[in-house]
Amino acid sequence: MSILQDLIFDYTLRNVALGCMVLGIVSGVLGSFAVLRRQGLLGDALAHAALPGVCVAFILTGLKTPVALMIGAAASGWIGLLAINQLLRRSKIDSGAALGTILTVFFGFGVVLLTVIQKSSAGTQAGLDKFLFGQAAGLVEEQVLTMAILSAIALAIVVALFKEFKVVSFDSEFAQSIAIPVHLIGSILSFLLLIAIVVGLNTVGVVLVSAMLVGPGAAARQWTDSLKTMIFIAALIGTLSGLTGAILSVTGSKIPTGPVIVLVLSAMVLISVLFGKARGVVWAALRSRRRHLAESAK
Amino acid sequence: MNAVEVRDLTVAYHESPVLWDVDLDIPQASLFAIIGPNGAGKSTLIKSALDLVPRSAGTVRIFGSSYRTVRKRVGYVPQRGSVDWDFPTDALDVVLMGTYGRLGWFRKPGRGERDAAMRCLETVGMADFATRQISQLSGGQQQRVFLARALAQDAELYFMDEPLAGVDATTERAVIEVLRELRSKGKTVVAVHHDLESAPTYFDHVALLNVKIIASGPIADVFTNENLQQTYGGRIAVLA
Repeated sequence: MSILQDLIFDYTLRNVALGCMVLGIVSGVLGSFAVLRRQGLLGDALAHAALPGVCVAFILTGLKTPVALMIGAAASGWIGLLAINQLLRRSKIDSGAALGTILTVFFGFGVVLLTVIQKSSAGTQAGLDKFLFGQAAGLVEEQVLTMAILSAIALAIVVALFKEFKVVSFDSEFAQSIAIPVHLIGSILSFLLLIAIVVGLNTVGVVLVSAMLVGPGAAARQWTDSLKTMIFIAALIGTLSGLTGAILSVTGSKIPTGPVIVLVLSAMVLISVLFGKARGVVWAALRSRRRHLAESAK
Repeated sequence: MNAVEVRDLTVAYHESPVLWDVDLDIPQASLFAIIGPNGAGKSTLIKSALDLVPRSAGTVRIFGSSYRTVRKRVGYVPQRGSVDWDFPTDALDVVLMGTYGRLGWFRKPGRGERDAAMRCLETVGMADFATRQISQLSGGQQQRVFLARALAQDAELYFMDEPLAGVDATTERAVIEVLRELRSKGKTVVAVHHDLESAPTYFDHVALLNVKIIASGPIADVFTNENLQQTYGGRIAVLA
C-alpha cells in the first residue's frame, strides 16, 4: 500500500513514475511503426544526433529552462535526419552505414561539447551523466507536463493519420500509387519518433532511449498479428516497464532510473520472445513437437 | 481513345538506360501483356506510367491526360515480393487499403468500405480467408489478396506486375477469370507476364519489350517467331 500512496503523494516518485509512463506510451506507439518499417536503428541514430543540440542549448540557456534543452535536442536530431537522407540520396552508402556515420559524428561532437560544459562552473553542478543517461529522479512537474503535452500531440497525429501510416509502412509503392505523399508521411513518422526521443531525454537519456523505441514494439509483435493490438500492447509494455523501473529505482537502492527501466523492458522482451502467443519460440517449438509426435504415431 | 499512350519514353538508372525510346498504345477494354526477358524493363515500364520512377524523357498519357489527374481511375498490383508479408494484418485489412485512395485524408474505412472489400475477396475466391494473418496465406492466396485490393480501388485501368508469377493452378484460373470479367466490363488490364506459352490464350494484346519495344499490337499479329527471337536475343527454342 505504501508504494501506492507514495505514487500519489510523494512528489518525486509521482513525477518520476508519470514521466516514465508517458515515455513508455509514446515510445511504444511510435517505436512500433519504426520496428515494422525496419527502422529500429533510426531511433538510435536520431537520439545520439540529439546530443549536440542539448549541449548547445545548455551552454546558451543553462539548466533552468528544460524546454530549451528539448528544443535543442529536436533541432539537432532533425539535422541528423536530414543528413542521413542526403547521404542516402546522394551517395551509394547503404542505410546501415549512413545511420552509423551520422550517429557517431553527431555523438562525437556532442561529447566534445560536453567536455566544454564540464570545464565551465555550471557543468560541474549539472553532472555529465545526466545528458547521457537521463536523470529521472530530478524530473520536475514542468518537465513532466511538457512531456505529456508533446506525447498527447504525437498520439493525436497517430490516430488522425493511422491508415496512412499503416499503408505506407506495409506497401509504400502502392501507397504512392493511390496519391498518398509517401515521403511526407515518412517525414512525419520520423518527426514523431524524434518527439518520443525528446520525451525520453530527461528520463533515460540519449544513449538508452533507443531501447524504449525498439523494445516495446518488438515484444508486442510476439503477442498479436493485428497492428492496432500490437500498438496497444507496445504502449502497455512501455508503460509497465516505465512504472516498474521508476518504483524500483526510487524506492530501492540508488540505481539510476533509466538503466533500470531498460533492464525491466529487456526482461519483458525476453519473456515475449519466448512465450508470446502469436510467435513465441516456446509455443512454436511445442507446436512442431506435437505435430511431429502426431505424425510418428500414425 | 487509347487507355494508355506512351511516347518517346526513356528511363535510366545511374545513366544506363532501362527503357529506351518506348512508344506504346494500349487500347481500352484490352487485356494487354508486357513480355520480355529479365532486365528488359517490364516492371519499370509500369512504374514509370504510375510516376513511381522518374522518366528521363518522354510522356505517358492515361485516358488522354496526365497520370496525376486520372489517378483515381487507375489501379495497381505490385509484385508480390515487394512487401513484407510478415506485417501484422489480415487479408481483409489489406484489401481495405484499396479504398484508402478515395477516402482521402483523416477518414477511416467504415461499413460500406468493409462490405466492398469483402465482395472483392469473394470475387477472387478468398472470402473464407478474410481474417487470416497474411503470412499464413500461400503465395497464390497472397497474390489473390493483392488482386482483390486492386479491385477495391474500383478503377478503369489496372497495371499488374507479374500477377501470375509462381502461383498455383487455382489462383491462375481465378486471376484469369477476374481479368476477363474486367475486360467484359470495358476495363483495361496491363500485366507483366513471363510465360510465353499461356500468353496467347490469356491476353489479346501484347508488347514485346527488351529495353526497346520490339513489336506491339494484337497478339495474333505480334507473336511471331521472328519477333520473339528478336526480343529474347535468339535464346529461346522456337515455338511449335
